[in-house]
Amino acid sequence: MPDNRSAETVTLKIPRPLYNRLRQLIAGTGFRSVTEFAIYVLRDLAAQPAGRKAEPSMTEVELEAARERLRELGYL
Amino acid sequence: MIPPHGGKLVDRTVPKAEREARLRAAASLPQVALNERELADLEMLACGAMSPLEGFMGEADYRSVVATMHLANGMAWSIPVVLSAKTKEQEALKPGSRVALTGREGEILAVMDLENVYRVDHAHEAQEVLRTTDAAHPGVQYLQSIRPCYLGGAITLLQKPNHQDFARYRLEPKETRVLFSAKGWERICAFQTRNPIHRAHEYLQKCALELTDGLLVHPLVGETKSDDTPAAVRMQCYEVLLENYYPKDRTVLSVFPAAMRYAGPREAIFHALLRKNYGCTHFIVGRDHAGVGSYYGTYDAHYIFNEFDPGEIGITPLFFDHAFFCRKCGSMASTKTCPHPKEEHVFLSGTKVREMLAAGELPPPEFTRPEVAQILIASMRGGKG
Repeated sequence: MPDNRSAETVTLKIPRPLYNRLRQLIAGTGFRSVTEFAIYVLRDLAAQPAGRKAEPSMTEVELEAARERLRELGYL
Repeated sequence: MIPPHGGKLVDRTVPKAEREARLRAAASLPQVALNERELADLEMLACGAMSPLEGFMGEADYRSVVATMHLANGMAWSIPVVLSAKTKEQEALKPGSRVALTGREGEILAVMDLENVYRVDHAHEAQEVLRTTDAAHPGVQYLQSIRPCYLGGAITLLQKPNHQDFARYRLEPKETRVLFSAKGWERICAFQTRNPIHRAHEYLQKCALELTDGLLVHPLVGETKSDDTPAAVRMQCYEVLLENYYPKDRTVLSVFPAAMRYAGPREAIFHALLRKNYGCTHFIVGRDHAGVGSYYGTYDAHYIFNEFDPGEIGITPLFFDHAFFCRKCGSMASTKTCPHPKEEHVFLSGTKVREMLAAGELPPPEFTRPEVAQILIASMRGGKG
């Protein structure tokens, strides 16, 4: 069956030692390929809004409440 | 951002939508009044400052911390965080029951799901945690003032204690973490103090700031002994010092609500772990950190860090020796960096400084910034010192 997704994808290049390391990492996991794993990781990273790295366990509401309080108190 | 101790920032505050209903339900529960130390601990437990703790320690954690400076699950922790029973009746409370925790005015602040009620030996706790059973030690005096029966269990904060003081400076770990991230800081050094900041302390902080992105001046404003400089006076000193001598874009002033234990080395570990929860990556440990009198060796609070694997503590201690202004060096220095004899050092004993301030005399500017000294002199004249 033709892969219709090929028209919607681009090729990224990574160093071969990194590729080999990722292959070792995903061995025995549910990831079928390095590509699948890389897409998974990059989608997660791309989904995080700016400032999230402050506290990954904080919700957007909590983050905004913290920022608002910091602004009110003059810290931001 | 450095992860909290245990990997997750605890949040034991009731969701707003549930607060009123939970407060009504708590009205019928047996009540346990919190003393000043326990009030501060409750706030810090609820906001994650004491992560991974989720409540006042149960028996297993208490005994493990006292004996080994680790929680029962093996995580490093050096100071018991406990709630004392206040009456004989409370000593008979049953595990599995729920109690309401009340504040200064008898208002319900939180509920606790009781897991343990257990008797303790305060002399043993004092010897292990404070390294003394001397009744003159303020930490021993505290233990002697409370019943030797503790109540352990997870807490849920329903409403915060009403603070009139330092409202502008009361940041919780969630807020300091967001602040540091917003400033783009990755390495943040914390400075703990229960005293005014003199030139020596300023020197340590600025040395640390040279190595990091930002400085958190984090004075303890919980209960201290009666002859310590009051927090309100100290905050005036910190404000004037930071306004005049510190880079505004590199310094944050916020308060640390904890009560002082005067436990020296063990408290240095405790202070470091809690600052990690606030998002700090480095922690200044000076001479006789959290000490009192001569109960601890000058650098015991440095050596105790060697009793842990560095990964267990997670926050990097920055150890500083005795610092002073050296006339020959022409600058602030320490015993590590200055080759000159004591006679070249501007040093005043605590007693001498208090005498000068009480007499309205400014200590040398190499010892204390004049703006700070003026505030201390005014406070002593006003009888607040």
